[in-house]
Amino acid sequence: MENIRNFCIIAHIDHGKSTLADRLLESTNTLTQRESQNQVLDSMDLEREKGITIKSHAIQMEYKHGGKNYTLNLIDTPGHVDFSYEVSRAIASCEGALLVVDATQGIQAQTISNLYLALNHDLEIIPVINKIDMEAAMVEDVKDQIVDLIGCKRDDILPVSAKTGEGVDAILEAIIARINPPKGDPNAPLQALIFDSVFNSFRGIIAYFKVANGTIRPGDKVKFFNTGKEYTADEVGILRLKLQPRDSIGAGDVGYIISGIKESTEVKVGDTITHVDRPCDKSIAGFEDVKPMVFAGVYPVDADDYEDLRASLDKLKLNDASLSYEPESSLALGFGFRCGFLGLLHMEIIQERLYREFDMDVITTVPNVSYKVHTTKGEVIEVHNPSGLPGPTVIDFIEEPVINAQIITKSDYLGAVMKLCIDKRGILKNQVFITSDRVEVTFRMPLSDIVFDFYDKLKSISRGYASFDYFMDGYAEAKLVKLDILLNGEMVDALSSLIHFDYAYDFGRKMCEKLKELIPRQQFDIAIQAAIGAKIIARETVKALRKDVTAKCYGGDITRKRKLLEKQKKGKKRMRQVGSVEVPQEAFLAVLKMD
Amino acid sequence: MAGIYIHIPFCHHKCLYCDFYSTGKSKLTDDFPSLILKEIELRKNLIPEEKVETIYFGGGTPSLLSFIQIQEILTGINKHFAIEPNPEITIEVNPDDLSKDILRGYKSIGINRISVGVQSFIDDELKFLGRRHDANKAIESILDIYKTGFTNVSVDLIYGIPNSSLESWEYSVNKAIELNVQHLSCYHLTFEESTPLTRKLKKGFINALDEELSIKQFQILREKTNANGFIHYEISNFAKEGFISKHNSSYWHGVPYLGVGPSAHSFNGKMRQWNVSSLDQWSNEIKQSKCTVQSETIDDTTKFNELLLTRLRTIWGVDLNFVAHTFPKKYSDYLRSSISDHLKKGNLIIVDESKLIIPPDKYFVSDAIIEDLFYLE
Repeated sequence: MENIRNFCIIAHIDHGKSTLADRLLESTNTLTQRESQNQVLDSMDLEREKGITIKSHAIQMEYKHGGKNYTLNLIDTPGHVDFSYEVSRAIASCEGALLVVDATQGIQAQTISNLYLALNHDLEIIPVINKIDMEAAMVEDVKDQIVDLIGCKRDDILPVSAKTGEGVDAILEAIIARINPPKGDPNAPLQALIFDSVFNSFRGIIAYFKVANGTIRPGDKVKFFNTGKEYTADEVGILRLKLQPRDSIGAGDVGYIISGIKESTEVKVGDTITHVDRPCDKSIAGFEDVKPMVFAGVYPVDADDYEDLRASLDKLKLNDASLSYEPESSLALGFGFRCGFLGLLHMEIIQERLYREFDMDVITTVPNVSYKVHTTKGEVIEVHNPSGLPGPTVIDFIEEPVINAQIITKSDYLGAVMKLCIDKRGILKNQVFITSDRVEVTFRMPLSDIVFDFYDKLKSISRGYASFDYFMDGYAEAKLVKLDILLNGEMVDALSSLIHFDYAYDFGRKMCEKLKELIPRQQFDIAIQAAIGAKIIARETVKALRKDVTAKCYGGDITRKRKLLEKQKKGKKRMRQVGSVEVPQEAFLAVLKMD
Repeated sequence: MAGIYIHIPFCHHKCLYCDFYSTGKSKLTDDFPSLILKEIELRKNLIPEEKVETIYFGGGTPSLLSFIQIQEILTGINKHFAIEPNPEITIEVNPDDLSKDILRGYKSIGINRISVGVQSFIDDELKFLGRRHDANKAIESILDIYKTGFTNVSVDLIYGIPNSSLESWEYSVNKAIELNVQHLSCYHLTFEESTPLTRKLKKGFINALDEELSIKQFQILREKTNANGFIHYEISNFAKEGFISKHNSSYWHGVPYLGVGPSAHSFNGKMRQWNVSSLDQWSNEIKQSKCTVQSETIDDTTKFNELLLTRLRTIWGVDLNFVAHTFPKKYSDYLRSSISDHLKKGNLIIVDESKLIIPPDKYFVSDAIIEDLFYLE
């Protein structure tokens, strides 16, 4: 165990985490340059494209130093706030962390929140300044920021260029010298922390774990502490580029287990693996059942694809236990699913993966958060869907989820950032100058307010400089209403939203305006109304189509004219019928397009 | 029966709204008529054994050809085809190209229908459209046409012109009626992609005419023509009794036609073909006895949709019995179910027991109606 080092890399998106990981793998001959497919760890196309890690990964390296052989386990963490729980479990599996900061950009919010997580778990932090080869590198400034932030010595900070490889060996040496070997008793009852799982179509679910105490061997009868399910360890091993089976994985080490599990829901990140015969007394602390925070209806563009959509979601779920869904139907959109996501990025990723991996084109309805509705009878109902809101007479009060938002911005943009947060019902909790021109602000604000467009707005008012991270911070009472949209008097269920009363009028008016742009003129006037209960709060009219004729000379060219009309008709076939009104698919995304 | 269309792709200069294929008049060479005849020879088998009933010189600007050149083409057509007695032979002309001599020439070679590209009797509107002539020249030309002895004259007019008014439009329509023309083709100005006028519109230099105003212009047109004995036989076409354009009607009745010259379209009942929109490519190929055409075969669905598209724009409409007899059952079943809602709304009516038509007061939304009846696989 003395020769094992477990570490993760904490970095903001684009600060070079994956490139650095690639260099470490090369320096330890874990992979040759030939095998290197630029950012080996980001195995999904989508991950490479978005430059973020969606799933955790782990990889073991061998490194010879001072005449000794060391085993280095790199546990790569997902790079987005939506996956902060997975990040926390990955961090809990390590004894040290590389804090990678881009020399051209300095410290960002997400770096800080993950750094705090790492510090809470008593990880040894090795600060690294990356991209020192860039012309815009501000190595000394960034060193100041790091010293201020973690109180280390300037000399402890390692300057590297993951691109050129400069300074990478110093990192490997620092990992061995500075990070403590894991503690644990190989003879104690088995206690292994699951920090991720992946689905393999031949072998089922493969769970990644770190052994805290005890030893796991193939053939062992094991139990997952929180789910209570028992399995036989068909195979255990270590993670290289490929899985490598081993006869045992001992305390302090990182490995995988294959035990014939078919359902991704049975393997919960944060759960503890122990032996059936000699179980541990208690599980490893910190387990949480991750709950989806953002909900939206997901419908196939072509109503006939409902079963295909179900099959696709089933398959995605194998790989992504945090996705939840249940059948839902809408008058306007037909049959679909109410899906729960960890956050907006997660929602976007699922939508994108449905499209890329399963060729499923979907319509996603207005996303909303999960509300707790307290009824007059004293019950608490969780509402994920506008239509699930009980009648006003039954509601005592409603609570909404609240987040703690950390934003780091250049001080030039502080005013604009403050205004944005306050407009979004944020309450300032804290304000700290990290350096003379960089400031960290902490707001408590409703989650629903960041669901739509907060992140985009933040980026635009700060010219891309502000970074943002959040964590859940309980519930607070909210004055919530259900806003309905009516087309010629018919309610369009797919366009209903749950919204704070203060926003309702403005939102309703903007919805009507946007829909007016998106709904094509038809042969009659179309009244677009926004309503709270029976009260109409906004109205727009799409005037009847009065002129739709080709009153020109088109000679003998019948073909062009026919094709044009056929194309238009095909376009209309993709529209959804609400009463007599034909509504294009874009209209259902109207809310997402509003400014 | 068949028609022959000859596309004369030359213009003095291009009108600002026009998207038909044409090129500068300097490209008109002496051998153009012989190339046209060579194409006819190459492609006459598209409509074998059909008697030719109509011949139409369109453009472009056919009046850029001398009447000798036109005669050469007509003589050639006579050699290759059997011609019905009394064929309808039309030429499109620009007022500024005409002279009494030219008109006498036309008369002498058998042309019996003149279609005059007047477009408007208001000078400002003519300038806006980029036409070369003014209103007086147009009137003078029409009078000359009659003096030469022609008895079948058609005038093209354009409404929906930016800055036009109800009054200006009424003036142009009245003028045409006063001049005793037998036929009127009235088109709504259309902003076609990549025309100078559309560029102006996109840049905001001009505004399209208010839709309600152009609808009223159409109503005026209907009232005036009605009151003066014109039959409104197609959305854009009006004729005195006996003067319905045979050639244009053949497009809507599914009569075969051979179109020759760059960009011309042809149809023989089974397929549609269209020539390249390039004078150079066309003439090079013809010289090598080649003629590349694009074509599409008319399957049942295309035929069905074409029938709706062409016939519902006319007073002849679509005969439901004809559909039932001519098409596989799924088409007539589909048509029966898709018309019911439109019949209720008055978008369609059935006259003479089985004839489906769009009532003229719904002509202005005819594309929407026709499109809705289209059969899609």
